[in-house]
Amino acid sequence: MNSVSSQPQNLTWPSGRFLRRFGVGMSPGRISALLAAGLLILGFLPFTKLGLVVNGLILGSVIALGAIGLTLVYGILKLGNFAHGDYMALGAYIAFFIVDGVLPRVGIEGAGLGPFTFGFPVLIALPLTALAVALGAIALDALIYRRLRDRAASTAILMMASLGVAIAIRGLVQLIWSGETQHYPRESRQVYHLPMDVRIPPDGLFVAVLAVVLVSAVYALLTYTKIGKAMRATSDNPTLALVSGINTRQVVRWTWGIGGALAAVAGVLLAVVQAQLLPIMGWKFLIPLFAAVILGGIGSPYGALIGALVVGVSMELSTQWINPSYKPAVAFAIMIGVLLARPRGIFGDAA
Amino acid sequence: MALLEASNVVAGYGETEVLHGVSIKLNAGQVVTIIGPNGCGKSTLMKAIVGLVRVRSGSVHFRGVDISGHDPEWIVRSGLCYVPQSDNVFPSMTIRENLEMGAFVRRDDYQSRIDEMFELFPDLRRSARRKAGTLSGGQRQMLAIARALMLDPVLLLLDEPSAGLAPALVEGVFNRIKDINSAGVSILLVEQNAKESLRMSDRGYVLSGGVNQLQDTGPALLDNPEVGRVYLGG
Repeated sequence: MNSVSSQPQNLTWPSGRFLRRFGVGMSPGRISALLAAGLLILGFLPFTKLGLVVNGLILGSVIALGAIGLTLVYGILKLGNFAHGDYMALGAYIAFFIVDGVLPRVGIEGAGLGPFTFGFPVLIALPLTALAVALGAIALDALIYRRLRDRAASTAILMMASLGVAIAIRGLVQLIWSGETQHYPRESRQVYHLPMDVRIPPDGLFVAVLAVVLVSAVYALLTYTKIGKAMRATSDNPTLALVSGINTRQVVRWTWGIGGALAAVAGVLLAVVQAQLLPIMGWKFLIPLFAAVILGGIGSPYGALIGALVVGVSMELSTQWINPSYKPAVAFAIMIGVLLARPRGIFGDAA
Repeated sequence: MALLEASNVVAGYGETEVLHGVSIKLNAGQVVTIIGPNGCGKSTLMKAIVGLVRVRSGSVHFRGVDISGHDPEWIVRSGLCYVPQSDNVFPSMTIRENLEMGAFVRRDDYQSRIDEMFELFPDLRRSARRKAGTLSGGQRQMLAIARALMLDPVLLLLDEPSAGLAPALVEGVFNRIKDINSAGVSILLVEQNAKESLRMSDRGYVLSGGVNQLQDTGPALLDNPEVGRVYLGG
C-alpha cells in the first residue's frame, strides 16, 4: 500500500509503524510530554532499587485494567465514574464469596497453586466475577445513568450520581462482608530472585501477564471488531454515530460490560497483590485510576495504559523516600501536575 | 406522491421554539434547496426531519410513512441519510473506518459500495488509511458525503456542504451533488451559497423566522427580485 508514503503531507513527526498502528501520531507537544513522563521516572532510577520499578509495573498493570474501563466510560458516556474503584472492590468481594462461600461446597478448595500464593478457585472465580460485575454495571446504567441521560442531565449531575453509587456499593460490601480485613486462601511462596537485587513475586508475574493479555484483547476489540469501531465512533462524535444508524444503546452496554469486567479483574488482582480485601480498597484506588486516565489523556485507552504504568512506577519509587501510606498522594500530585501543565494529557485530543 | 413532505413542523430546543410551522415538499428524484438568513431554522428543520430534534407538532412523511417521533437510527434505516454542517466525520478514525461506520446497519458485504465511493471521490482512495481529523476541509466534506451514501439512501440531506470551503472547491462539491442526484438520489439541501444551489434545484424554499416565506422553482427564485436583493447580494 502506498498510504504510508502519503504521510509526509501531514505535519506529524515520523513515528514508526508501531506507534501509528496504535493510532497515535507523534506531535512535538506529545513527544515532550512523553519525555517529561519518562524523565520523571528515569531521573530517579540511579538513586533507586530496580525492585521498586518491578513493583511499580505490577501495580501499574492493576491500575491499567481499571483505568482503561474508566477512560472508555468517560469517552463514550462523558461520565467521570467515581464508582469505578468500588466496582473493583465489588469484584474482589464477589470473587471472595465464590472462593470462600461457593466453591468449597462443591469440593473445590485450595491455595498455593504452583508458584502462586492463591489457588485454583481464584482462577475459576475470575471469569465469573468479571461477568457478574459487567452485568451489574450494565444494570446500574439502565437503572440510573440512562434515565439521567434521557433527561439530558449535565456531566456534573452524572458524576454526583456515580458518587452516590460508589457510596452505596461500599456500604453494601461492608454490610454483607463486614469491614474486617479478609483474604483469599493463600500459602506463602518464594519470590524469584534476579540480579541487581530484583525480587519478583510470582503473583506479580501473573498479574502483569494477565493485564497484558486483557489489554491486548481490548485493543484488538477496539481496532478490528464492528462493535469496537462503533465504540470509538460514539466516543469521537455521538451525534454522527446516531445519524449513522449506530445502535448507541448497544455501544453503551458494551462499554459498561467491558469497563465492569476489567474493573472486576483489577479488583481481584489488587486483592491478590495486597494479600487482603477491605471495603475501602476500591475507593482508595480511585486517585491512581484518575491520575492514569488524566495523564494518558481522557478518553484514550492507549493513553490510560501508559499513564497507569507511569503512575504505578512513580508510586512505588516514592516509597524509597516517603512513607508508603502517602502513595496515593504521589498519584494525586501527578494528576494535579498534568492538569496544570498539559490538561489534555499525553495522548489526548486538542479539544 | 411526494417522497418527503413536512407539514406544519414545530420544533426547537428546550424553551426556545425555532420552527413555528414549516412545510416543505420534495418529489422523488428532485433537488430541493432551502435558503434563508442565519437563525431562520434551516438546520433545525433538517435535524427535525432526521430525528435529532423532536417534532413538537406537525408531521414528516417519508415514502408515505410519518417518521416524526422515531429515533435517528430508525429513520436512517428507512433510507434517509444526513450530513451535518460541521463535525460530520469521525476524526480519530481512518477514512475507511468512517465509511464502515456509515454502513453500520448493513448486514451484507458493502465492500463494493466503498469502491463506488472511491470512484466518486478518488481523493479518498489515495488516503484511505489517513485519519479523518487530518484531512483538509474539502476532503473532509467529501468523506462526510460518502459516509452518508454508504447506506444507498433514497434521500440525502446536506446541511451547507459548501460552508467554509475555498471557492475553487465549492464547484467540485456541487458537481458531485449533481452526480449523486443523477444517479437517482433525491437531495434536500440547505445552503448559504444560494445562487449556485438554486440553479441546480427543482424547487427552492425561503425560510424566515421559522416560517415559510417564499417557494418556487429554483430558477424562478433566482430571478425573483426580492430573493436577489436579500440573499444573492443584489
